[in-house]
Amino acid sequence: MSAAAEVKIDPMHQFQIESLGGSVLDGTPFHFTNSALWMLIVLGSILFFMWGGMKRDLVPGRWQAAVESVTGFISGMALTNIGPEGRKYTPWIFTVFIFILFSNLMGMMPFGIVDAAHPFTVTSQFTVTAVLAVISFSIVLIVGFWKHGFHFFSLFVPHGTPGPLLPLIVPIELISFMVRPFSLALRLFVAMIAGHILVDVFGYFIVNGINSGTAMGYGISLISFIFIAGVNALELLVCAIQAYVFALLTSLYINDAVHLH
Amino acid sequence: MDLEAAKVIGAGLAAIGVGVAATGVGNVFGSFLQGALRNPAAADGQQGRLFIGFAAAELLGLIAFAVAMIILYAV
Repeated sequence: MSAAAEVKIDPMHQFQIESLGGSVLDGTPFHFTNSALWMLIVLGSILFFMWGGMKRDLVPGRWQAAVESVTGFISGMALTNIGPEGRKYTPWIFTVFIFILFSNLMGMMPFGIVDAAHPFTVTSQFTVTAVLAVISFSIVLIVGFWKHGFHFFSLFVPHGTPGPLLPLIVPIELISFMVRPFSLALRLFVAMIAGHILVDVFGYFIVNGINSGTAMGYGISLISFIFIAGVNALELLVCAIQAYVFALLTSLYINDAVHLH
Repeated sequence: MDLEAAKVIGAGLAAIGVGVAATGVGNVFGSFLQGALRNPAAADGQQGRLFIGFAAAELLGLIAFAVAMIILYAV
């Protein structure tokens, strides 16, 4: 095997934020980055998808049926988890769901065959997912204190807790409440990172196997290719599941704030 | 033992957690199927709870993965 033809495996490179051109305002560190570009692309594709289905025909066409199934899915989720008050919170849950779903899917798109158009997964940055999680958590706090005042703290005392157990239960409930934004943000961000690293590493295996020029190298490339096709299908499923889980947990947390256990 | 070797061993040990979380996720879906096949009429209503359990089990594996990545690249 010729060592010169070997490509170095560097799976973290795809998550690097790079500036596209100079500073936006002279002398400031604000740059238009590839992350910002792909957020705009995600926004554009969401607008395209939604506007195509908002004709309000009495008999929906295919496109409108697709959009209506997504909106109906989310409003149904808010209704079953929060109850009739859930309608007020449906816009945020829908925003979170559709943004995460589209940015996950755009990151999976195979535009990378053109080198300049390598997709950037917006949700693979902890800052982005953390902002989404913090907004969800803020809604929970604001709604909870707005509706119940200081009675909101009864969230940390489950019904029928025996008195002697209170010093144990209350800190546990408090910790499990405070850790919610972190777990929301971390789950989405790590799931995206892990999937992309896996696909990337096996992509390098294919390239290195073919470059080696040996029969075993070709065999490894073929196995890796079959494996990567399966992993990509799994990743598409994970993209949808992570968006669904984020929206579902957001609606459950809002339900806690609205109804207090 | 030098630091590089210790790092790689540590990352490998952290990866055990990912495998354990895999059994947890499998347990969630397996138990759901066991219940769902006994009472298919009630299965659809419990799908939300299924994914809550899935998310909770999966999170711990993802945290183990994050620890492995931090050991490998950030320490």
